[in-house]
Parts: sequence; structure tokens; C-alpha cells
Amino acid sequence: MSKNPQATKEEAEFAKPLLVPIKRRSFFMYAGATAGATALLLSGCDDDDNNGSSDPAMVNVGSGDVGVLNYAYALEQLEAAFYTKLRDGAYYKGLPATSAEKQILDDLYYHEVIHREFFKAAITAAPATPIKDLTPDFSTINFDNKASVLGTAKAFEDLGVAAYNGAGKYITTPLYLVIAGKIVSVEARHAALIRDLVTEGSFVDSDVVSIATASIEISKEPSAVAMTANTYLATGSKLDVSGIK
Amino acid sequence: MNIFQILSELEKVDPEVYERFDSRRRVFKHISGLGKNLATAAVPLAFTAIFNKAYGQTSGAPSATDVLAFALKLEYLESYFYNAGLGAPGATATAAQTTFRNLFSATNLSSLDKIRNDEANHVKALVAALPANTVPVPATNIFDFTGGKGSNTGPFVGVFTAPAVFLAVAQSLEDTGVRAYKGGAPYLMSTTTAGRTILETALNIHSVEARHASRLRTMRRAGASNNTASAVAPTAGNNESDRSASPKSWVSFKDGGGASPTQTAGIYGAGTSPTYTPASITFPAEDNVTQGGVNLQTTLASFNFPASAFSEAFDEPLPVPTVLSIASTFTVTGNTFFG
Repeated sequence: MSKNPQATKEEAEFAKPLLVPIKRRSFFMYAGATAGATALLLSGCDDDDNNGSSDPAMVNVGSGDVGVLNYAYALEQLEAAFYTKLRDGAYYKGLPATSAEKQILDDLYYHEVIHREFFKAAITAAPATPIKDLTPDFSTINFDNKASVLGTAKAFEDLGVAAYNGAGKYITTPLYLVIAGKIVSVEARHAALIRDLVTEGSFVDSDVVSIATASIEISKEPSAVAMTANTYLATGSKLDVSGIK
Repeated sequence: MNIFQILSELEKVDPEVYERFDSRRRVFKHISGLGKNLATAAVPLAFTAIFNKAYGQTSGAPSATDVLAFALKLEYLESYFYNAGLGAPGATATAAQTTFRNLFSATNLSSLDKIRNDEANHVKALVAALPANTVPVPATNIFDFTGGKGSNTGPFVGVFTAPAVFLAVAQSLEDTGVRAYKGGAPYLMSTTTAGRTILETALNIHSVEARHASRLRTMRRAGASNNTASAVAPTAGNNESDRSASPKSWVSFKDGGGASPTQTAGIYGAGTSPTYTPASITFPAEDNVTQGGVNLQTTLASFNFPASAFSEAFDEPLPVPTVLSIASTFTVTGNTFFG
């Protein structure tokens, strides 16, 4: 018996499907006792969906760190749904296999689905309850048209960067801030390339970065992000982010 | 116990006493807040804690000022690099700079000028955010962007005459910056409005560095003279051995060691955690696929995504000492700007 039975058990748990409430305590292990305690406190807040003054027709992401994680999960759901849906459109289907656009849109699809699934697992492990699967409303997007697809991709990627940057200050657990940081820079890399695909060299234009002054990203508060995101979400899936502060 | 009297006395023997605290404003904020919230008897103890932070910091976590000063040093490095190659913002390019500029396509040159301007703005913004002279303005001659430590004949010789070398160094600097801001962010966490603003500003610089890195990678992939760089795919979709010459706009695995593997592999490698790092935070290499304790490649195997996607979806942080070591590649021998 050279193998530690504990490690073997953990390996077996890692192999389980994501949706099973695997390793509820794994986040505790890595986040340390303080983060665990925070998560416990916060978990008391995550069942306040649809109470108080919240609109029962909306999806309340909750408050505290879990609120921020669910907010990020909501945005990643939206992005992932978009990159999944465009794969059925004539524009994507018509791209040559070796084209840059095909490779880029494939990668973005992979990355955003991974982000979505990561948040679902992370929130479950916190332990807390992830928000439901959101129903998008992409009726304003023409998935057969390059300009419509790339224009929307640009909007989503820029929105994601502004959202993460604006929400970081509400995070109280260092690990969660670092994880948000690990994702936001990838979103920014996406945004820059998609913007270049739309207009070459527009990766830091003044609509997203204050290039005339400090050259910093124009971050957005959760309330402003939700207003934009909600235009792509069906009734019953629109976000209430008022708990994040 | 008159705290302000003590500070005043201390200032006589240590003119930098205020700089040892986060900032002049913040120390008073701390003290007045403590005065309100704690019993009078507890104040001296709390005051001692602040003091220990100022004078006993070598083994402790960096303060907000430390993180911003560190960021400013990196921004100086980047800004001086672009200014040397392209000419400073608003300045007339020298003959050599003009010759060099003409080697880039119009969209690439415009992109480089935007990046140059951003870095100059980042320097200004951080200088304004810090107490005066926290980081003395470096002389231009403390840097050798060939990596020759002052010989100007290092591995990146031709950095300001050969566009490919320039882009290679630029990508390396920006990718380093992205990892550095990520590593510094936890030390900017705060519950005060002012503190939150500082964190948000740092995050807002962090993502701009990532946009720069993405653009530079796109330009490297297509070549300096290509005018529609974004239309060029990497030479082989998921072949890591190709990454150093033909990168994606995001970091894939360890990027094959980066733009010039012998010199740049460390930029994509693991960092060594300083003792003050919160236990939850680690600094794995960029090929890491385990996030928050979950191996995503294993857990999401049913999606049948390429292995590279799991590493690409997350950038990784680097700790301060590792970044300083990387940045020191570009200072001359004996210079201590990066320690």
C-alpha cells in the first residue's frame, strides 16, 4: 500500500461528473479556514432569492461573495450560450476549417463553456446554491450574418471585462478575487482580438478604455451590466443584482 | 498618549515616517477610525500594530502602497521600452525611430502607438496615486532592452531595429504585467471606499495590459508588416511546439516557453509563493488546469474539448519576487530598481 487512501478517494471524487455535488469541501481545503468561515456565513444569504422587494420574475444572484460568484456565473452562462448558438448559424458553418475566425470562435466557445461549468462547480463547493440555468433571448442577433455575430461577441466580451473589473471590489475572499482575475484577463484577450476582427487595431478604443487620460478599463457596476445583460435574457431569466454591494 | 506628538517627533529623526505607512492620508484615517471604534485603552495597542506594519514589513504582506509602487516600476519599464523604440508620446521621432516605425504596417504601428500612450498614462496615473517620490523617476540608462545587462548586445539585440524582436520583447513584458497585477490584487482588498477605488483602478489597468498582450500576440502571429493581423490563424491549431513563433492571442499551456524560450520561459512558469501569501493562493505555471481545487480537464472530460482549452481559459498570477526577477533581465548590472 504505497498510495495514501485519502488521496485515492479524492481522485475518485474528482472523476465524478460535475453536476453531482462533488467535494463540497474542496473549496474549504484550498481557500483555508477563513474563506470557509466566510462561505458559511454567506451561505446564509443565498436563499434570499425572490424575497423582500425583489421582483419574483427575476433571478436574484444573492449577496456577498456568493452573489458575486453567481453574477459571474450568470454572465458566463450568457456568453457560453451565445458561442454555442452561433455554431448552428450560417456564418460559422461557412467558415473554412483553417480560418482564423473559425479557430477564434471555437476557442471562445471552449473557454466560455469552461468558465460556466467552473462557476457552477465553485458555487456548489462554496457551499452555496448556483442560480438556475438561464434562458437567453438572442432574437436580436442574426447568426447567419458576420457583422451581427462579431458585433455581439464584441459586446459580450467587453461587457464581461467591465463586469469583472467592477465587481472585484465586492469580493471578500482573496482566492475568489484571484480567480476572477484569472478569468478577466482571458476575457480581455478575447475582447481585444474580437475587436480587431471587427476593426483592425481597435483593441483599446475609447468606448472601453479611457485612452485620453489614465488608459484604464471603463469598469461597470453590476446594476449597469445587468441592464445590458437583461436585454439578452428571456423573461423569467433576467438578473437582479441589487444584493451585490 | 499623544499619537500625533509621537509621529511629529519621529518625523524629526525619520523624515520618511509617513511614507512608511500606506500614505499620509491613510494613516490618519486608520487612527481616527480606531479612535472612534476602540476603547481609549486599546488605541496604543492598535497603534503599535500599525507601526509594526510600517517598520517590520520585510516578512509581512505588501501594503497597498507597496503593490502600487511595484506596479509603477513595471509601468516605467514598459513605457521606457516603447518610448525608446517608437519615440515618446508627443515627441518627434529620431531618424532611427522613424526608420524603425516604417517597418510596421499602418494598423500595427497605430496599435503600438496606442500601447505606448497607454503605458505612459499608466505611469502618470500611478505616480499621481502614490505619495511623492515613492518611486524615484528612473534614468533611461538603467535599462538594457537587449537583455545584455548594460552591454546592449544581449539576446534581444536588434530590439529597436528588428520588428520581430521588438514584438517578442513587448509580448513578454505585457504577459508579465498581466500576471503581476493578478498576483498583487489580493493585497489591495479593502472595505473602505477609497481602498476599493484603488483595487478597481488596478483591475482596470490589469485588463488593459491583457488587451495589449492579446494585440501583440496577434501581431506576432501575422508578422510586423501584415495590415490585417487578426485574420491570421496560428500555424498549427493546438501544437504547443509552435507557440513561441506563432502564439494564440491567449496563453496556451506554457506557450512553448514564450517569444524567445531561452529567455522567456520563466514568464509562463510557476512562481514561488512568498511566506506572506494567503494559504489559498498558489502560483502555478500557465499550463495549470486545476482551479479552486477542481481539475477542470478531468471533471469536464465529457465535453471533449482540446486539452489546451483548459489551460487557456484561465491566466495565472505571479508573485512579486518572481516578477522582479523577470523584470531585472532588463536592468543594467548593479542597478537595484527591481531589487
